[in-house]
Amino acid sequence: MLGSGLIQGLAVTAKNLVGSFHDPARYTNVEYPEVKTKLPEAYRNFPFLVTESASDPMGTLRCVACQICEKECPPQCIYIEKSKDKKPDATGKMQLFPAVFDIDTSVCMSCQICVEVCPFDAIKMDQVFEVATTSRFEALLLNRNQLAKPNTYYHSIHPTEAAEVDGRLAAERKAAEEKAKAAAAAKAAAAAAPKSATAAASATPPSTTPTPKPPAAPSAEAPKPPTPAA
Amino acid sequence: MSISDLSPLGAQGGSHVRAVHDEFHGDLLEVSMGPHHPSTHGVFRMIVTLDGETIVKLKPVFGYLHRNHEKLGENTSYLGSMPYTDRLDYLCSMTNNWAYAIAVEKLAGQPVPERAEYVRVILAEITRLLNHTCLAGFLMQDLGCSGTPLMYAFREREKILDLFESLSGSRMMCNYQRFGGCRVDPSADWLEGAKQLTDGYGQFLDEFEALLTGNEIIMARTQGTGVLSPELAVAAGVTGPMLRATGVNYDLRKTDAYGVYPRFDFRVPLGAHGDVYDRYMVRVLEMRESIKILQQALAGIPAGPIMDPKAKLRGFRPKAGEAYGRIEGPKGEIGFYLVSDGSPNPYRYRVRAPSFINLTILEDMCLGQTVADAVIILGSVDIVLGEVDR
Amino acid sequence: MIAAATTDAFLERAPVLLRDAVTGFLPEPWRTLVNALIAVGLILGIFGTLFAFITLAERKILGRVQNRPGPNRAPIPFINKRFFGLSQPFADGVKSLTKEDIVPRDADKVLHYLAPVALLAFSILTFAVIPYGRNLVPVELDAAVLYFFAAGAATELAVFMAGWASRNKYSLLAAMRALAQLISYELPLLLSWVPVVLIAGTLSTTAIVDAQAGWKFGFIPHWHVFTPWGFAGFVIFMVAALAESNRSPFDTPEAESELIAGHLTEYSGFKYALFFMAEYFGMLALSGMAITLFLGGWRSPLPFLEFIPSYLWFGGKLLALIFGFIWIRATFPRLRIDQLTRFAWKFLVPLALINLGNTIVWSLMSNSSALMQLARWPVCAAIILVPFVVLGRKLSAGVAPRIYRYA
Repeated sequence: MLGSGLIQGLAVTAKNLVGSFHDPARYTNVEYPEVKTKLPEAYRNFPFLVTESASDPMGTLRCVACQICEKECPPQCIYIEKSKDKKPDATGKMQLFPAVFDIDTSVCMSCQICVEVCPFDAIKMDQVFEVATTSRFEALLLNRNQLAKPNTYYHSIHPTEAAEVDGRLAAERKAAEEKAKAAAAAKAAAAAAPKSATAAASATPPSTTPTPKPPAAPSAEAPKPPTPAA
Repeated sequence: MSISDLSPLGAQGGSHVRAVHDEFHGDLLEVSMGPHHPSTHGVFRMIVTLDGETIVKLKPVFGYLHRNHEKLGENTSYLGSMPYTDRLDYLCSMTNNWAYAIAVEKLAGQPVPERAEYVRVILAEITRLLNHTCLAGFLMQDLGCSGTPLMYAFREREKILDLFESLSGSRMMCNYQRFGGCRVDPSADWLEGAKQLTDGYGQFLDEFEALLTGNEIIMARTQGTGVLSPELAVAAGVTGPMLRATGVNYDLRKTDAYGVYPRFDFRVPLGAHGDVYDRYMVRVLEMRESIKILQQALAGIPAGPIMDPKAKLRGFRPKAGEAYGRIEGPKGEIGFYLVSDGSPNPYRYRVRAPSFINLTILEDMCLGQTVADAVIILGSVDIVLGEVDR
Repeated sequence: MIAAATTDAFLERAPVLLRDAVTGFLPEPWRTLVNALIAVGLILGIFGTLFAFITLAERKILGRVQNRPGPNRAPIPFINKRFFGLSQPFADGVKSLTKEDIVPRDADKVLHYLAPVALLAFSILTFAVIPYGRNLVPVELDAAVLYFFAAGAATELAVFMAGWASRNKYSLLAAMRALAQLISYELPLLLSWVPVVLIAGTLSTTAIVDAQAGWKFGFIPHWHVFTPWGFAGFVIFMVAALAESNRSPFDTPEAESELIAGHLTEYSGFKYALFFMAEYFGMLALSGMAITLFLGGWRSPLPFLEFIPSYLWFGGKLLALIFGFIWIRATFPRLRIDQLTRFAWKFLVPLALINLGNTIVWSLMSNSSALMQLARWPVCAAIILVPFVVLGRKLSAGVAPRIYRYA
């Protein structure tokens, strides 16, 4: 009372004035364009499409144009056109691919639902946040060429998550291989003369899979997966 | 000349208009505060009729930020509405997420693992800290501080937002809760970070209160300003700290005992006067209780799955029915009412927005006060226009 | 200005010597005129620069209080170095000069144009009588203090002109508030320095500074602030000065959160900058007068520090007071206009009047024995402290920290 509260307040501001010169707990500023904070691994901005190879991004898109993300996207910023023909993915399995894959980043709200619903681990969240452009329309509508980024990039921004995805994909591929092997073995057993050479062709997936299986990924560390034949 | 002649808005609501209209008392001045005004917390508009500086009539106008939220919710899948709830009250996305998740879980009969319940409580209480800290900062800004309390509040908010970002990937639009659990499991590091924040928060509050609570100017400005009677508050459906500041003991964490709240020991602070100072103090005291809840929750969080393994992400179609899920959000009772017809989209999607309902009694609190008071009364209501206008 | 006494140190005499070197060859009537022009130019130059850097310092200090760096981006042109944003005021100046000057269609164009000019003119006038250093007073007036406050009071007119001419409801409200506030606080402001005039027996600023010369026991300066009535007068003066210069916590006329920018709402570009400048000039002038009246003017606080030139002492005290203004702004919220006027009429004015009586008691007791000399300290302190407590309690009746119950 009688101004004691005011003096107490003045003491607090004085403490902060002095503290801002020596106390990092008070002066927590990062002067942005020169200094950048380390983004947390979970940070998300706009989505990108994962490709296996940096040298041939369009040939190795993981996306199989299943259009689930297009349907689930709440603001409906994804536009996909399926390809007419099929293309072998990294494992050689014939899959559709997106002939057109556009994301309107002026509409996208970075909610990550496309990533969550994607059964192929083909779309992931990017961490590039300096996306200002001088054009409101064309530059913010990203096509598949702009969206495609290699798996190595995914590893560099979300290492834990990417390792987990690669592990899962490798496991799935292994399971698929074993299934194929088993199928081949069964085939071989069914046939009178077993041919061991067919089992070596690991790329042959089972012809009837109940659910779409993701294409096999190369090992997590391999930056250059085998380029599939065009 | 009567008020209704002066006002283009007609005579309704002008019951508190002064009786004398003679030459000595002069004309009334109608001022449109907002939608472009520094302290209407967004695009809110108050059409104020002034007698000198005294408010004789106040008409709140909202809807400038209407984004069709409820209709969007009916045209989007259940999951697709989750990121939209972030954008309701963009300071408290975690609690909005939780309220919506509770509504859908009720609708679908979806159980939630214990760890997820703990994580939800932790995040909700951190959100309460965030919201109340920001509110105190904004209120002081409305009171005319040159940004100092607001900057201190934002300094602490930044720490909370960093936590949210490292958990959910986004600082404000968390989109974190899912039906049947949470999207990501918080790591041990994250929990440690939350613990550090919790332990340091009391110290920050001490300093913050030293700056504000005993300040004579703040007391003179806020005590006895914008008094809300408990009867009117209950009648108008006011909830949250605003209701408790009038002395009504109503906290959904206690009355509904949802989630794992019954396991924690905390108290509910109550005001006695229902003025702006009580509203501010109830929030400050609530923050201290939140710290207690956080400490208990962080100490007792069990191991286990974060998502119910049976929970469906894609193709989520709850059977036909209706459900109302509500929690005690930082601003009051945030509730979602859903009607399902068995399709992937809700048939009806309705939000009970606490700031909107708390705002409806603005005129009753402002009549007889001055323009300067109207600004801080509005500040003490704690509105976020994203939620008011939806 | 009087010719410098030759006994002073060289640095002390330097400004006057320099001026005389420039104008010495001129014939007599011309010399006086040129001297006056030099003084005007110097005041405008020095205080203009000071204004520029005080705005920067204010933003920097506010920033640091709020744990942020403050403006630090503006580079020095051509060399592209930042130097902590020291060129920010010039960038602001260029910005406000090049901004479009918008005049509302329905505004009273003449008054709208005249208001910032009048405000600035009146606030510059007040600089004429402040002694900035030994022998450094631009105009020697016998009634300098009266002149100062008369010129300062005219600024109210300009503020009201601005609010009225803008034809904006916010501006009008602000103008009304400004009138109520400025007139209310004129009274305590004037009453607070009457004791000084009583004790010093003069209205001349130079003489008031001279009355504060010397030291008690060799280290307590004879500044008026070091007496009970002087301290009370100083505090009342500073509080009233805060209100007169529209500074937080009394910035109700331009209350940003309530009235957008108050009487400045419809001003843009350089007119806005002129208002800004006038407000800072007013603050500087009032601080300068506070220093003259209560803080010993340009005199050094300790005898062995006298080698530092007097104008530097004045500058140092000025900056210290300005820092106080900024510190208060960084801490306090705003009062409501009715509380603000109540504070003036029910608290400051009675206190100032009591302080006036207090001064009389003080001077009556000064002629008595040594015991009375000693006794007048507690007596005079009590005369001002008891009303302070009583009036303060009465003013803040019903306002107290509360205890809350829990459900």
